[in-house]
Amino acid sequence: MLTLNIKEELNKTEEKTKIKVKDLNFYYGPKQTLKNISMDIYEKKVTAIIGPSGCGKSTFIRLFNRMDEFVLESKSEGEIIIDGKNILEKDTDLIDLRRRVGMVFQKPNPFPKTIMENIAYGLKVNGWKDNFQIETRVIDSLKKSALWEEVKYRLKENAYGLSGGQQQRLCIARCIAVRPEIILFDEPCASLDPISTAKIEELIMDLKKDYTIVIVTHNMQQAARISDYTAFFLMGEMIEYGLTKNIFENPKDKRTEDYITGRFG
Amino acid sequence: MKIKTTENYKIELLFSAVSFFSLLALFLIFLTLAKESFHSIKEIGLIKMITSSEWYPTDEENPAFGMLPLITASLYVTFLSLLISIPIGTLSAVYISEFAKPKAKLFLKSFIEIISAVPSVVFGFWGIVFLVPIIQKLFDLPTGYCILTSSIVLGIMAVPIITSLCEDALNMVPSSLREASYALGAEKHTTIIRIIIPAASSGIFTAIILGAGRIIGETMVVLMLSGGSAVIPESLTDPARPITSAIASEMGETVVGSLHYSSLFTLGLILFVITVILSVLAQYISSKYSLKLGKGR
Repeated sequence: MLTLNIKEELNKTEEKTKIKVKDLNFYYGPKQTLKNISMDIYEKKVTAIIGPSGCGKSTFIRLFNRMDEFVLESKSEGEIIIDGKNILEKDTDLIDLRRRVGMVFQKPNPFPKTIMENIAYGLKVNGWKDNFQIETRVIDSLKKSALWEEVKYRLKENAYGLSGGQQQRLCIARCIAVRPEIILFDEPCASLDPISTAKIEELIMDLKKDYTIVIVTHNMQQAARISDYTAFFLMGEMIEYGLTKNIFENPKDKRTEDYITGRFG
Repeated sequence: MKIKTTENYKIELLFSAVSFFSLLALFLIFLTLAKESFHSIKEIGLIKMITSSEWYPTDEENPAFGMLPLITASLYVTFLSLLISIPIGTLSAVYISEFAKPKAKLFLKSFIEIISAVPSVVFGFWGIVFLVPIIQKLFDLPTGYCILTSSIVLGIMAVPIITSLCEDALNMVPSSLREASYALGAEKHTTIIRIIIPAASSGIFTAIILGAGRIIGETMVVLMLSGGSAVIPESLTDPARPITSAIASEMGETVVGSLHYSSLFTLGLILFVITVILSVLAQYISSKYSLKLGKGR
C-alpha cells in the first residue's frame, strides 16, 4: 500500500500538468452541482471521470470548453487553468478556447452535410481557404480516426448514411481536424454497440500520443481499459482521484469501492 | 370484456367518421366546383379561357371570358407580397429563435399572433384609410388602389404564418448540431448561417409555400385594395382584379346557371388546384425534411 502510494506520487511528478482545476464550484440556479473540486489533469494521458448519473461529471468537463455558456442561470467559482490561464475568467476568448479544447459528444452529431463538408467545417470556420490543404487535412483526419478505409469512396455522401459508430468516428475526425490540444469525450460510446465501442476505445488509446484526453463514462470497464487516471465523482464531489490501476485495485474510499464493485450506481 | 370491445369499436368508428368528414368536405367542394364549371369549360374550352386576355363577362352582345388578366393579377400580387413577407418573416423567425431573450421572445411571439388574429377586413380598412392615400401621393397616381397597395397589406398579413412556421423549423434543429458547431470554435453567426439555417431549409421552404397559399387565397384585402380592373397589369401601380376578388364581387350579380356563373366556378376550380398543389408541395418537402433529420438519431 505504502509503496504503491509513493509510486503514484512519483508518477505524478513526472507528468506535466495540462489542466489545473482549483476549488471549482458550479451552481445551476440555486442548486450546487459541483463542490470544491481540485485536480490536475496530465498532458497526453487519458483521464476518466466516472460516477453515477447526475454526479456532475458531464457538467464538469463541459466547463473545460465553456459549453456552460448555454446553460441559463449558471454560475461558476474557482479556477480552471489551462496552460497558465484561468479559462473561467470573463475575458476568455471562447472561440480560441474551443479551438484548443475539442469535444466529442454523447450522441454522434454529424452535420446534415457530406462527410467531406463535416470535417472541413471546422477548418473553414477557422479561416482555411485553400481547397487542396483542406482536402489533405480531411483525409489525414479520417485516417487518424480509422474511418478512411470505410468512407474513401463516399466522401461526397451525406454523413447521415453512416452507421452510429461510423458517425461517432466522423465526429472524432471532425474534432481532430482542427488539431486541438485537449479532447473531451462526453460518454462517447453511450449509444453504440460493443463492436463500435471497441473501435472507439482503440482510437482513444491511439490518440493519446498527441492529445490530452478527458473522458466521461458510465462504463467502469471502459475507464479501466483505456484510462491512465481515474476520478470518481459522487453528488457533485470528487471522492477519489489517482492512477486508474490504484482506483480500481485499491480504492481508498469506501464509496469508491462500493461503486466499482457494483454495490450502487 | 366483450362489452368493452364493442364500446371501443363504436368510439373508434365515431372518431374515424369525424376525421373523414373533412376529407368528404374537400371532395364535395371539388365535386361542386367541377360540376358548376363544366358548362363554361364545355362551351368555351379551358385552354382558351386561361390563355385569352379579355374579361368582359357582362357584355350583352359579346361576352368574353379570358381569365389571363385575373390569373396574372393573382400571381403578381402573390409574388410581390412574398417579396415583402419572406425577408420579414424569415429574419424575424431567426431573431426570435436564435437571438431573443426569453422575455423578448414571448413579447414578439404574442405580438405576431395578434397580427394573425386581426380580421382581413380590418386590414382592408387600414389599407384604404392609411396606405391608399400615401401610395397615391408617393407615385403621383390617379388612384392609390393598385397591386402595390394590396401586396403590401397582404405581405404584412402573411408574416405571422411564415414567422411561426419558420421558427418551428429552426427550433426543430437539434441543439446537438449547435453544440457541435460551437465546440469547433465557430462563432454564433457562422453557426446560424452555415449549420442551423441549412438544416432547417426544408421547413423554411414549407413555411414560404404555405404563406403563398394564404396570400393567393386571400379575398377581402384584394377586393378592397386592388382597384378591380380586369386588365393584365403592366406595372406595380396598375389596378388589378385577382381571381378571388373577381369571384367575390361578381358572384352576386350573375344569373345562376349562366355562362358567367359557370366561368366563376372555373376560376374557383383553378384557385383550388393551385392551393392544393401548393399544400401537397409543402407536405412533400416537410416529409422529406423529417426523414433527413430523423435518420441515424
